[in-house]
This record gives sequence, structure tokens and C-alpha cells, in this order.
Amino acid sequence: MKKQVPLLREFTKGLWEINPTFKQILGMCPTLAVTVSAINGIAMALATTFVLVFSSLMISLVRKLIPNQVRIASYIVIIATFVTIVDLVMKAQFVELSKALGPFIPLIVVNCIILGRAEAFASKNGPLRSVLDALGNGAGFFISLFVLGSIREIIGSRTILGYQVLPNGFEPWLIMILPAGAFLALGLLMGFANLYIERKKNLVRESLIAQYKRVGREEITDEVLKEAGV
Amino acid sequence: MIVNLWQAQVEVKRKNMETTTTIEPKQKVYFDLTTSPHLHSRWTTSKVMWFVVAALVPSIAAALTFFGWTQIFIIIVAVAFSVGTEISIQTIRKKQITWFDGSAALTGLLLALTLPPNFSLSATAIGAIVAIGLGKQIFGGLGYNIFNPALVGRAFLQAAFPVQITTWTKPNFAVDSVTSATPLAALKFDKIFTDTASMTIGNIGGSLGETSAIAVLIGGIFLIAVGIVNWRIPLSMIIGMLVFGGIFWLIDPQNPTPVFHIFAGSFLFGAMFMATDWVTSPITNKGMWIFGFGISLVLIVIRIYGGLPEGVMYSILFMNGFVPLVNRYTKPTIFGVAKEAVKK
Repeated sequence: MKKQVPLLREFTKGLWEINPTFKQILGMCPTLAVTVSAINGIAMALATTFVLVFSSLMISLVRKLIPNQVRIASYIVIIATFVTIVDLVMKAQFVELSKALGPFIPLIVVNCIILGRAEAFASKNGPLRSVLDALGNGAGFFISLFVLGSIREIIGSRTILGYQVLPNGFEPWLIMILPAGAFLALGLLMGFANLYIERKKNLVRESLIAQYKRVGREEITDEVLKEAGV
Repeated sequence: MIVNLWQAQVEVKRKNMETTTTIEPKQKVYFDLTTSPHLHSRWTTSKVMWFVVAALVPSIAAALTFFGWTQIFIIIVAVAFSVGTEISIQTIRKKQITWFDGSAALTGLLLALTLPPNFSLSATAIGAIVAIGLGKQIFGGLGYNIFNPALVGRAFLQAAFPVQITTWTKPNFAVDSVTSATPLAALKFDKIFTDTASMTIGNIGGSLGETSAIAVLIGGIFLIAVGIVNWRIPLSMIIGMLVFGGIFWLIDPQNPTPVFHIFAGSFLFGAMFMATDWVTSPITNKGMWIFGFGISLVLIVIRIYGGLPEGVMYSILFMNGFVPLVNRYTKPTIFGVAKEAVKK
């Protein structure tokens, strides 16, 4: 029997531990393309989360009915249904946003995060856990898109969510709202995230070694360190 | 040389055998062995860097003459921020601080000379930080960067401030802040030819270091003469430009002559100082020829068909990306081994 993870853990792991953008490095296409401004990032993340949650729920419910050989195609059909809903709702209610996001809303169908969660999680777990996992991943995606969009909007056009935050004397860096700026900002963010993780790991490792020394046991082995995940 | 190296290796091996016999089995022994290259050169990094700085003196002098002495502030800001970024990043990463080898200062100087006159000082500082931070230190410092750091900085500025960086001030005692086009821009947008004589002296619009062909040539020939710059790269670029530019000129005489292409823009500056960067150019002689011709080909395409009037920066950066491939392709065969054996 598999070790059961606490329910809340299924949600919180998506925020950082397996953050879709920074850890799984999935869904790069919308991440790089639409984060010209914070509002675009938010809209994209919300649309993706909606599709993610409902498709995870559906896939989890029918997971035992789908033959293994045609599962990917079946998942895509389910995902496409919800993407169509999002697309039509956005076209009806948020015309401006829908125009700004352009083809990237229909392209949610092929977003790796959604198919990845369906394949890796929803097809193996019950509906409740699948929804929590989807919500967590959606929230993680939301965080990274919002951060990236804010950085690019602040430096590239002096505003955040449409409100001016930097003075007029600041010359906006046009590169940040060009595709090159997306790559630069994302690369630097990922670099800093990895640096932070590395530092943290080293701290844990050092404290573990110190602990071993204090109790006077033998020299710490690689297996012990591996088990502690450092 | 090969015999010497071989003998040295044999000696090291013999030494190893002698020492291993005398030690106790449990004791660990560390030998002071280093990997190749074992050849030493009289050139140290700082010596090379200061020679290049010396070679840039004519260009700096020309820039200050034609665009006014206030341009010295752009150079000072670029150099200061380059060195500052190098020191701070190396401090944060707990690495050895090596600003005194002059490489960061040289990057700043080269960056300043590729900027237009009266460029804003804050943007210059940003460019210098990007050049050292993203162009060099992020790859691990001097010797590890793929792209020429100074050109990375300039490319960033070109994308970030496209209007500022193409605002050219009229040179030589004209009223301040009167803008004028560079020869290439004048040709591309207004179909006006500039005569080669003024492009040689440098009394034209353009970036600080690039306008005076004669000053750039003096510095470049000095570097070739002392053996820092390999003559193959500038020569292959110039020959490539004569050939490719000549082809385009013969197809359509409306296109500028190859000579114009060589003297206009930052072609000579790029050929002498940018493309010849030791870190980002090929190491084999054959590779250098390929590299130079490639730059010329990309450049002529950008100049004739591209939206921008000038493309030396992009063509050098583009070919920098190919350098590892060129190096691998032009790897010389191992001496004394049959070709078939090497392939296996």
C-alpha cells in the first residue's frame, strides 16, 4: 500500500515544491508569451487553473473507464471541452483580455501542465486529491506568472496592473516587454530560485553533519544524506 | 615540442612509480599534477588587456576630438560600472576578485566606444552592468563566456532603448545636440552616399569609437604587430566583405561598393577589437577563416535586406554562437595517427 500523503500537502506542494514553472519547467510557452503585463499573467493563470481543476476532476472520475491505449486522446478531448468553455466565456465577457491573450487561450489544450497533471496524478488518484493537486499547481502557476508579469510590466512600462509605480523620469526598458525580456527575466528568476534552494540544502546538510559530530557517531555516509534529501 | 611533452610525461610517470613504492598502503598521496596545456606564454591576462587598452587610445582620442571632451564621462561611467559589477558579483559568489586583470575595465571601455555620442549616463551604467553580469559573470567569469560581453551589453541597450541608441550627434564643432545620420542610415533611408575620405578620418555621425577608420586601423595593426590579435580574423572579414559586398554590388549597382561597406559603420572596429576577442573566437586557424567569412556574410545580409542600417554587433554575436561548432569541425588531426584511427 502506498504511503498516504496528508490532503493539505497535495495542495501546498504545487505552490513551491513542484511549482510548474520553476520546478517542473512546464508550460513555458504561455509563461514566456503572455506575461507582458501582470493582468495578462493573472488572466492566463486563472484560465489555465479553471481548465486544470475541471479536467483533473473529470479525468479522475473516469480514470478506470478509459482504456490505457487511448488515454492521451481521451484526456485531450476532456481538456479541449473546458478550454472551449473558457475561450467562449472570455470572448463574451472580457473582450479586451481575450484579444490580448490571442491564440494562447485555445493553446491551453496543449499546455503541458494540464496533460502532465492528468497523466501523472489524476489518472492514478481519486477526485478529491486530484482537485487539490490541480488547485495547488494552478496556484503555483498563478504565482510565477504574476511575479514574472509584474517584473516585466514594472520595468518595461513603468506600471503595475495599469497603475503607474515608477516616475516619469525612469526610461522604460523596452526589452522587458519584448520576447527577449521574457527569457532574461525568467532565466534570472529561475537562477535565483535555484541559488536559494542550493543555499538551503547546504545549510541543512551542514547542520546534519554537525549533529552527527556532536553525538560522536561515525562519519556521516552518503546514504544518510541522500535519505534526508540533501 | 611534442617530444619534450612526451618526455615530461614519461618523467612524471616514472616519478609516480618511484614515490608509490615508498609510501604506506593506507596513506593517501596527492601529486601536484596539472592538466594540459603545459605551454607557457609571456602574455599574462592583465598584460594583454592593457595592450588592448593602449591600442584603443587612438580611437578614444578621435572620439574626444570629434564629439567633444564630455564624451569622457561615458567612458568613465562604463568602465567604473563594469569593474564595480565584476567586484560585487565575485564578492557575492565568494570567488577570487580579479578586477585588476583589466578584463572588466576593457569590456567597459569597448562598450563605451560602441555607444552613440552624448548617450545617457544612466543607460550606459545599465549597459555596463548587463555586459559584465549577464555577458560574462553568469557564465562563470573570464574565459567561460560564449558571447562577447561588451556586445551583449550593447545588444541589451539596443533592445531596451532603441530610440536613444540611434540618436547620433553631429560631430566636429557643430552646434551641440544637432542630430545627424550615420553614413549607413543616410544610405538606407535617404539614399545619400558619404565619401570614403571623411569616413577614413572620422568626421561623420556614428558611435564613439567607430567613426574614425584610421584610428581603429592604427590600434588594430599595433595589436596584430605585437601578436595579440590573430591577423586571420580581420583579414578574413575584410576579404569576405570584398567578395560578398562585391557580389551584391555587381548584381545591383544601386548597392554600395564593398569599400564603402568596409569603411562605414563599425565594421573595422568590430573586425579589430570585437571579433578578435580571445574567448569568443575560434582557436584553430581554419576556424578563424570560417568565423570571419561568416560574420561578413551575415553582416552584408543584414545591411542590405535587414530593417536596421547596421548589423556588425548582431553578426558577431551570431557567429560567436557558432564558435564551439567551428572549433569541433576544424579540430586538427592528432599528429602521427592515421586519419581512420582518429575517426573511430
